[in-house]
Amino acid sequence: MVADGGRLEKTADGRAAVEVMTSLLHENDHAAAHNREHFNRHGVLAINLMSSPGSGKTSLLEATIDALGDKYKIGVIEGDLETENDAKRIRAKGVPAIQITTGSACHLDAHMVHDALHNLDLDGLDILFIENVGNLVCPASFDLGHHLNVTLLSTTEGDDKPAKYPVIFRGADIVLLTKADLLEVLDDFDVGSATNAVRALANPAPILTVSAKRADTTLAPWISWIEAQMNELKSGAQMRPTMQIDGAVLHAAE
Amino acid sequence: MHELALCQGLISTVERTAAKHRANGVSRVELLLGPLSGAEGPLLERAFDVARAGTIAENADLVIIEAPVTVECHTCGKASEVPPSRLLCRACGGWQVRVTSGEELLLKSIELTDFEPDILGAN
Repeated sequence: MVADGGRLEKTADGRAAVEVMTSLLHENDHAAAHNREHFNRHGVLAINLMSSPGSGKTSLLEATIDALGDKYKIGVIEGDLETENDAKRIRAKGVPAIQITTGSACHLDAHMVHDALHNLDLDGLDILFIENVGNLVCPASFDLGHHLNVTLLSTTEGDDKPAKYPVIFRGADIVLLTKADLLEVLDDFDVGSATNAVRALANPAPILTVSAKRADTTLAPWISWIEAQMNELKSGAQMRPTMQIDGAVLHAAE
Repeated sequence: MHELALCQGLISTVERTAAKHRANGVSRVELLLGPLSGAEGPLLERAFDVARAGTIAENADLVIIEAPVTVECHTCGKASEVPPSRLLCRACGGWQVRVTSGEELLLKSIELTDFEPDILGAN
């Protein structure tokens, strides 16, 4: 076996093994790095929202726009298999929204986001939210070039979701327990158990309990977190999401 | 089912590597796969069958080497092998650990065949 680029030792039957050690996500990661440079150059904080379908990503965005829209310029990229419904909801708030319809693809990738950016003016934008396809599996593997991963877990889904879908919850820079207004009527969702399940994935990320319906009383910590991240980006910090592929990259470099 | 997208990326890397070494065939593709990578071995195998059709890797064997999940504890310093959904130190139970293996999603090596005649002796 030789390293790629080295001299090949062929066996008697004319075969030669080449060591490659390249991530299967190599092309996506390359495009993601390009997107991230683009965001950095424009000083735009890019946040990737991931969760199951129906856990409240779009409602959270609407409430977040209500809370921050006067102070900052926000843009949104929406990922769904079909329809413009979510983009329409966001546009109704006076915020530019680009809808990516993936057809049958179960996730957004860096190339799709790159294409969407051609239709979105980043100049003057402060925050870009990318609402990923509702799916707790596939989106976790693809770096989009964003800075931060937000994983939502709604209180109706069960507090053991992080244990069932470890990859996506391990990659979260913050976990939001959504639809918290329902906690008082649900007897099977325990915030402590959900927190323990995230910690059992060695993830120290903040875990916040929020309700888009009770934004006035629950959204403040989420809003302050976003503003703190904006300040960090402005201070010139090299930000990238907690992606589970870091180890693979590390391994490849050995 | 993002495994097909992963295999398409894999095939481009295989094609690039084969072209660089002036090989016209690929007989074996070896992957290193960890349970925390978000991809599944059996699904990768099926997706590989679809992605390789009509490419240089059409007749290649896919070999998947499964990496274990291991963590190193920040608190007690011990290393241990753990299940993918419970990344806690086996020795002290602490959750402040560094994952040292289990995230791999790598094309480890390929075996090339049918080399172009080597005039300059570069191979």
